[in-house]
Formats: sequence, structure tokens, C-alpha cells
Amino acid sequence: MFRRFIKNKTAVGTVALVLIIAILGILAPVIAPNDPYKTDIINKFASFSWQYPFGTDNLGRCILSRMLYGIRPTLGLAVLTMLGTIGLGALMGLLAGYFRGIIEEVIMRVVDVMLSFPSQVMVFAVVALLGINVQNVILANVFIKWAWYARMIRTGVMQYRERNFIQFSRCVGTPERFILIRHLIPSIAADLAVLSSLDVGWAIINISTLSFLGLGVQAPTPEWGAMLNEAKNVLTSNPTQMIIPGIAIVILVSAFNLMGDALRDVLDPKEVAE
Amino acid sequence: MIEIKNVNVSFKSEIQKKIFGSERVQVLHDISINIPEGRCLGILGESGSGKSTMGRVICGLLKPDSGEILLNGVSVYNSRTGKKNLQKKLSVVFQDYTTSANPRFRIKDVLMEGVRAKERKGKKVKDINSELERLLILVGLDSSYLNRFPHELSGGQLQRVCIARAVACEPEIILFDEAISSLDAHTQVQIMDLLLELKDKLNLTYVFITHDLTSVTYLCDDVMFLYKGRITDYQEVKNLSQTKDEYARKLLESIITYDSEETA
Ligand SMILES: Nc1ncnc2c1ncn2[C@@H]1O[C@H](COP(=O)(O)OP(=O)(O)OP(=O)(O)O)[C@@H](O)[C@H]1O
Ligand SMILES: [Mg+2]
Repeated sequence: MFRRFIKNKTAVGTVALVLIIAILGILAPVIAPNDPYKTDIINKFASFSWQYPFGTDNLGRCILSRMLYGIRPTLGLAVLTMLGTIGLGALMGLLAGYFRGIIEEVIMRVVDVMLSFPSQVMVFAVVALLGINVQNVILANVFIKWAWYARMIRTGVMQYRERNFIQFSRCVGTPERFILIRHLIPSIAADLAVLSSLDVGWAIINISTLSFLGLGVQAPTPEWGAMLNEAKNVLTSNPTQMIIPGIAIVILVSAFNLMGDALRDVLDPKEVAE
Repeated sequence: MIEIKNVNVSFKSEIQKKIFGSERVQVLHDISINIPEGRCLGILGESGSGKSTMGRVICGLLKPDSGEILLNGVSVYNSRTGKKNLQKKLSVVFQDYTTSANPRFRIKDVLMEGVRAKERKGKKVKDINSELERLLILVGLDSSYLNRFPHELSGGQLQRVCIARAVACEPEIILFDEAISSLDAHTQVQIMDLLLELKDKLNLTYVFITHDLTSVTYLCDDVMFLYKGRITDYQEVKNLSQTKDEYARKLLESIITYDSEETA
């Protein structure tokens, strides 16, 4: 598995890129050249310089520093959202696929209801209901997304349960725990890894969108979507302020999408890249 | 050893006359048979006659609509202990070998599952590696296969690994669902010889599902003909030529003509 990972250039590249961005975010207080909140009115809309490598924004704040600090809410919240979604979805999906009967009926009907709401509208509704707040954004995202995972995981469980290798395990009395941990979860995990890395991209865009609309991360806090929001008023006079977070979001989201594809190749034992 | 009493199995039909209808197609009709210990029962029938379904009923994987399976007099489907009992005694080789091994497992892990089943019965395995090697050599492979993945083996090799895994459990009964039909004639004979040897050595009971009459005459003691879910004949193999059943006769004759064509 590890050797296949090393051989796959896309997988290594995208994972490395995401890791570097994450480390930059963690080390932001150390490496950022300026305080992201400090306004410097005299130097507003400054272009590239040694003191402000990416220039300054409409309030004279250092764009590079704000970008670096912005990694934490942008990436961190997206990953948190995905963890929550997968956790809840996997639990529900496994329960439904494993125990069948009444538990399955109840869970799947709830899933059906959840899936019949348009997701973006649901996010707005939940945020409006619970108040504008970062936690609520995450909650809303988990709330609308878990059903997809529950359904996918249940389908996976049911599909693999019928496979002969699990039927054999059943036949010779292999403990259920072994079947679950060694057979079922690894089989499903491959599909799950692909879908979830694609969905981290989705979560980033979603959180950024909400921040852009002023429903997510609030004003002075540096977040890439919120930075785009601040930049939109000065789009013509100072385009760099818009272009930098915009490009950063595109790169990060593309990295996650490519990673999803690459992971599928890595995790599928039949894709031996010779 | 295993007694099958009046088993009926039906599946929900794909084509329903009414929406939400629950019409069922009956696949097995009132099957009753006794599998004595230490013998090999061949189940013969054409495609779709319900052989695999019957196999699944015997394995404890499919609860019949009605009827009973008794293992040494204890019902298999009526209690947990009955099923546990069966799991300790039975092992199986499935028809479709492509999904019989977890594609994420190496061959050694595949075989380990069988070895673990053996250990659960309280039989100690001292040296795992030599045990795995022994199993592979038993089915005509060698230890170089241990670290491969199932997709890196040919179909016949994989099927032999599955047979090795079934033997690894050291069961008392092994069910073969077309286990050797995908192998070439030479390997078939080799495996059947191996099975006969094992059977004598360990006093095993076999249920051998196939559509190939020649292998039945080679391996089995008794033979049961299944036609559209009904038993049409049940005979000892040595009395096979005297069968009166029409379907069995037809099968016999078709083989004889086929053989003579080949020699001609
Ligand atoms: N899960 C199922 N749902 C519905 N119908 C089924 C199911 N499994 C089997 N059947 C039907 O039961 C009948 C018997 O199937 P079975 O697999 O036992 O045949 P078989 O004798 O093993 O044939 P083959 O020699 O081709 O393996 C077939 O008509 C099949 O369509
Ligand atoms: Mg079959």
C-alpha cells in the first residue's frame, strides 16, 4: 500500500501540498511577517514590498499574514466538518446495514427525508435558525451531509455482506468483530476516502461561501471566504486583494479533488502502477 | 450426519403482477435427504436447478421457508447453538471464486482465516508459516504465492487456494459448490485424488455439487439428481447404470455419446 502510494505522483503531490498548507497554518504565528489584525491606514492598497510581500488590503492589513492565519479556519473547519459528517454517517450506515430490521427502516427513512431537502437552502435555514456562528455552520454542514454517507455506507455494507469471502467467514464462524474490522471496514474505507477527500473540497467552498455571504466566520477574523467578501468592494481598484485568496481557494480545492482520484488508485489493490 | 427434512425455499419474484405484490418463485420443493457420515454425496443438476441454493441452506446461510436441517439430530436454524455447532463442523468452497477471497488480503491472510477457524476448535498450530506452506503444497501450489494478492493469481490457482482454505479449518464436512469445474482436466483429477486421500485420512464427509457426471462417478459414493428444484433420483454411484429415472438416464446417455464422439 505504501509503495503504491509513493509511486503515484498525483497522490504524493497533492498530499504534500495539503500537508504544507496545513503546516503553514499551524505555524502562522511564527512565520507571518505582520500582525493580521494591525491596520496601517497610510499604507493601504500597498503593492508588493519587503514589508508586505503580497501588499495590503483596504484597511492596510498585510494580505500574506491574513492568508496564513486564514488557513486555520478555512482548512480546519472543513476537516472538522468532514470528520463530523463521516463519523455520524458511518455510525448510522453501519447500524442500518448491519442490524437490518426496524433499526434500518427508521434510519433509512430519516435519511430519505434528509436527502430530499436542497442542501444549500438547508444550510441557510439551519444557520438562520441557530444564529450566525461558526459552530452552527459546521453543525449545519454535518446535518445536511451525513445522510449521503449513511446511505453510501449502508449500500457498501449490504453489498460486501453478500460477497463470498464474508459468506465463508460466516460459514466457519469467524467472529463478527473480525468480519467487521478486517473485511467490511477496509472494503468500504477505500470508497469512503475517495468521497470524503472530494467532499473536503466541497466543505471548503461551502464554508467560504457562507463567510463570503457574511453567515460564517465573522469580519475581522481572517478567513479566505471572508477576505473575498472584503475584497469585492475594491475589486477594480485593488484586484490583488481578490485574486490572492481566490487563487488560494481554487488551488486547495483542486488539490483535494485530485487527491480523491489519486487515493482511489492507491487504495484499489488491482490498480498496480507498474 | 446431516439430515435435511422437507425443505422448501422460495425467492421473491422479480416480476410482480401487482405493485407491491409478494409473489414468490419456489426454487426448492420438499427436499429430504440424509447425508451419512464419512461418505461423499454428489448433487447433480443443470444450471438453475437450485444446487447452489441447496448448498447455501446446508451451510447455514439461508434459512428455508419450511423444513429442517438437523446436524447430528440438532436443528441448525432453530437455535444459536445449532448454528455454532454447524460452523465448527462445516467448511465450504463457493462456486464463484472471484469474490471468494478478500481482494485486499494476501494469500497468506486468506489462508490464515481457515487456520484461525482451526485454532478456535482448540487445535494448536505450532508453526504458522510451515502450516501455510503445507496447505499450499497440498493443492499443488508453493510458498512463493503466500505474499501475492488474489488478483495476481489465475482463476484455477485462486480456486485451489479456496480449497486449501476450506481444508485448513479441519472440518468434518466440506461442501464444494462447483469447486473444480473451473479447472483443467488434469488438475481436476489431481484435486479429486487429494480430496479422496483427505477423506480417508480424516474421515470427512463431502457434499459435492457439480454438473459434471464424470467427476461424480470418480469421487462420490452417492448421487442425487436435482431437476427444477425437485429430487428426481437418489442412487449409490455403483448402481448408477441401473437408474430408472428419466432425467438421470438422459444425463448418463449424453455423457456416453459425448465420450464416444471424442474417441471417434
Ligand atoms: N437471491 C436470489 N433471489 C432470487 N432468485 C434466486 C436467488 N438465488 C437464486 N435464485 C434463483 O434460484 C434458482 C436456482 O439457482 P441456483 O443458484 O441454486 O442454481 P444452480 O443449480 O446453482 O445453477 P448453476 O449450475 O448455474 O450454478 C435460479 O432460477 C435462480 O434464478
Ligand atoms: Mg450454482
